[in-house]
Amino acid sequence: MGAMFRSEEMVLAQLFIQPEAAYPSMSELGELGTVQFRDLNEDVNSFQRKFVNEVRRCDEMERKLRYIEAEVKKDSVPIPDVQELPKAPNPREIIDLEAHLEKTEGEIKELSESAVNMKSNYLELTELRQVLEKTQTFFVEHEETNGMDSVHRALIPEDTHNVSIRGRLGFVAGVVNRERVPAFERMLWRISRGNVFLRQAEIDKPLEDPATGNEMHKTVFVAFFQGEQLKSRIKKVCIGFHASLYPCPSSISERDEMLKGVKSRLEDLNLVLNQTEDHRQRVLISVARELQNWSVMVRKMKAIYHTMNFFNMDVTKKCLIGECWVPVKDISVVQKALTDGSNSCGSSIPSFLNVISTTENPPTFNRTNKFTRGFQNLIDSYGVASYRECNPALYTIITFPFLFAIMFGDLGHGLVLLIFGAYMCGFEKKLSAKKTDNEIWNIFFAGRYIILLMGIFSIYTGFFYNDVFSKSMNIFGSTWTEDIKSYNWTTVEMNEAMELNPTTDASAIPYPVGLDPVWQLAKNKIIFLNSYKMKLSIIFGVLHMIFGVCMSVINFVHFKKISSIFLEFLPQILFLICLFAWMVVMMFLKWVFYTAQGTDVKFGTSCAPSVLIFFINMMLFKENDAPKGCDVYMFDFQPILQKILVFIALLCIPIMLLGKPIFVMISRKFSKKHCHSNGDINQGMELQPEVVEEPKQLEGHNEHEEEPMGEIFIHQAIHTIEYVLSTVSHTASYLRLWALSLAHAQLSEVLWNMVLKMGLSDPSFVGSIKLYIVFAFWSVLTLGVLVMMEGLSAFLHTLRLHWVEFMSKFYAGLGYPFQPFSFKIILEEDDNEED
Amino acid sequence: MGASYIPFIVFTTLWAIVGIVLPFVVPKGPNRGIIQVVLMLTAATCWLFWLCCYMAQMNPLIGPKLDRHTIMILAKEWGNSPITLAK
Repeated sequence: MGAMFRSEEMVLAQLFIQPEAAYPSMSELGELGTVQFRDLNEDVNSFQRKFVNEVRRCDEMERKLRYIEAEVKKDSVPIPDVQELPKAPNPREIIDLEAHLEKTEGEIKELSESAVNMKSNYLELTELRQVLEKTQTFFVEHEETNGMDSVHRALIPEDTHNVSIRGRLGFVAGVVNRERVPAFERMLWRISRGNVFLRQAEIDKPLEDPATGNEMHKTVFVAFFQGEQLKSRIKKVCIGFHASLYPCPSSISERDEMLKGVKSRLEDLNLVLNQTEDHRQRVLISVARELQNWSVMVRKMKAIYHTMNFFNMDVTKKCLIGECWVPVKDISVVQKALTDGSNSCGSSIPSFLNVISTTENPPTFNRTNKFTRGFQNLIDSYGVASYRECNPALYTIITFPFLFAIMFGDLGHGLVLLIFGAYMCGFEKKLSAKKTDNEIWNIFFAGRYIILLMGIFSIYTGFFYNDVFSKSMNIFGSTWTEDIKSYNWTTVEMNEAMELNPTTDASAIPYPVGLDPVWQLAKNKIIFLNSYKMKLSIIFGVLHMIFGVCMSVINFVHFKKISSIFLEFLPQILFLICLFAWMVVMMFLKWVFYTAQGTDVKFGTSCAPSVLIFFINMMLFKENDAPKGCDVYMFDFQPILQKILVFIALLCIPIMLLGKPIFVMISRKFSKKHCHSNGDINQGMELQPEVVEEPKQLEGHNEHEEEPMGEIFIHQAIHTIEYVLSTVSHTASYLRLWALSLAHAQLSEVLWNMVLKMGLSDPSFVGSIKLYIVFAFWSVLTLGVLVMMEGLSAFLHTLRLHWVEFMSKFYAGLGYPFQPFSFKIILEEDDNEED
Repeated sequence: MGASYIPFIVFTTLWAIVGIVLPFVVPKGPNRGIIQVVLMLTAATCWLFWLCCYMAQMNPLIGPKLDRHTIMILAKEWGNSPITLAK
């Protein structure tokens, strides 16, 4: 059968791989992505597994890669995207890679450290230079006050004794953070009791802190004091305020010399710093090219070793054994991958695959392409299908957009959806290459084919509802207006509004495709549309549900539960058909029989019965009342037919309730009878057709087998009640198709009449400007409310109709998804995590 | 019965071709089953949708209630002759 009809057949396979060939074989299997490995060492601690050292090595390499990447990003070196992903490296390449990574990491670390050292040197020299320059002025003044400069120098040199008595001031010079200057001043004042003289000058340019790279504003200060004790106190205060002290000579000549020396050293240091920067850039650029490749290779390696930890070592220590789930279709591909792996490492003994039988439940695997993946996701969100169960996603491809379109039916809005969907599908290669974090865009993009189909079907239903942004098109000629000339002027003038007579005014032929355009202009349009759309919803709803019940037959046939076809499917479908399909038939009969154009009054417009009242009276076994001159029923044998249908339906209920449990009971008895050929425990108990009393006695004996009998009865009772009630409630639930389409049409009309009409009503030049502005409002509201909001709402309701009304009739949904060992999936997951 | 047979024939044959004939013509490939199911479902749903719309208007039980200005414009634009004062 087709690809998506049911999930693929899976087998449990044992892989026997030679240890040398294990790594390349796993690499091949990872590239393929078609097997799911089972963990054979579940109770083993992750630190005691076989390949834990290799995993550790990979972790180390990843750490180094992360460090390098951080450094590359810090310097904003662009990392080029790698086009084709490399394969996992073989063991020789691994050693090379490790060595290379270590070398690069060491190099970068060294460069960073030396850069930091040099920068702090640079800072010190810069500060020293600032100190020397700024304190120039202080010392000149100081010398003036001391009378040391040439003008004031005494002609006769005074003896040193007097000079010392005059009290030369000592000083310390340094640099401190600008923010700390006031506190620094205060502290110095306090410790010296006001005997310290502080001069300060700000450094204009901010300096770079070597460790953090932040910019700091600093101030040069010179503190003058007298005496040694004060000196030590001042030094302690400077240490406390993280002020750096610099040896500053007091004489001018020495200072000039020092300044020159500092300047030349600064220039040299600058040169070296720039060269280091360039070297670092070069290293980083050359590394950045390889970075993506390396990280992909390391991740693949880690995945391979992690998966190899799932394997068991054979008793003879000669080969590794692994267990995996493989789709039957892919067994040959897997075998080829194994032989490729063992060939690439030159192993003489080939690896092989052995299928083992098991009673375990295999995972559910549906092979999807980019078109069907969206629909499969919709179904899987509700629950993953049980193994080999019928896959509803195949039908969802069409029924989902179609039911959406019934609710959304507007040609104009459908066109917007179609354009959006076509844009996403047409440019999908470009758009999928752009990896964005925007969740909403990613969701829309993943469902692009769904949106495309929804747009196409909405255009179809919009054409039929004759609704283009709430206006109708008259393509084939309205059939209500050909005879309108029979009205004369006075009749029309006198009456505010007139209802056209279906007998005389409608031509014999209805509008061929869709709704007649006259209805859009009618004041009583909703009455007609309600009748039409409600019937439409029920017709499609009942058909959808019958389809769902029929799907259960396919499941019963596949799982060889033939008895269930007669005991479960048959009563279910009869119940549904006898009651609700009959209602659908009545709708069609009403459409055909009752006309305004016939001569028979009994089938005229005034006698047309309400189908709903018919249905209710049928269920309650009541008689219809009919107005005078009309027949009670649509055709002669209708009452008898209805009674038969209700009777059959009521008969189905006990079959649903008791059929399967009694069958299970009887079949257990039979199998027990076969088991105990001699020495029957149940001596004297014969198999009787009347088994109502027996179940209680048998209950105890059957407890150790599958389910106890009592539970089966209860389950079946719950099932039956659920099914019977759900037929009614789900049928009514499909009326949301009518409700939402009505809401959509009304919103669209309101938007036109209240918003766009304002712009269209003024024919002058000013009117054109008004129209320009009004159109902006109208289009924003159309896109935001009618397309986005109504679209999402209709999407949700359609999803609910599928999940609850359709799938509850047959879907079990108890499987678990197939998670293959695939590099593609692992790399994607890592990317998403990083983001 | 107020219905002509031409639309019936046209639409039924159109969707019959899509739903019954085309599935045989689908090229062989891994997606053959999917395309066949898609064609059949599309044909069935679209044909039924057209049928319901057509049958609902075949024998209308009520007529549209139109404002008098609308009637006059309809008579002029869509109808065979405008309603004149002379009448």
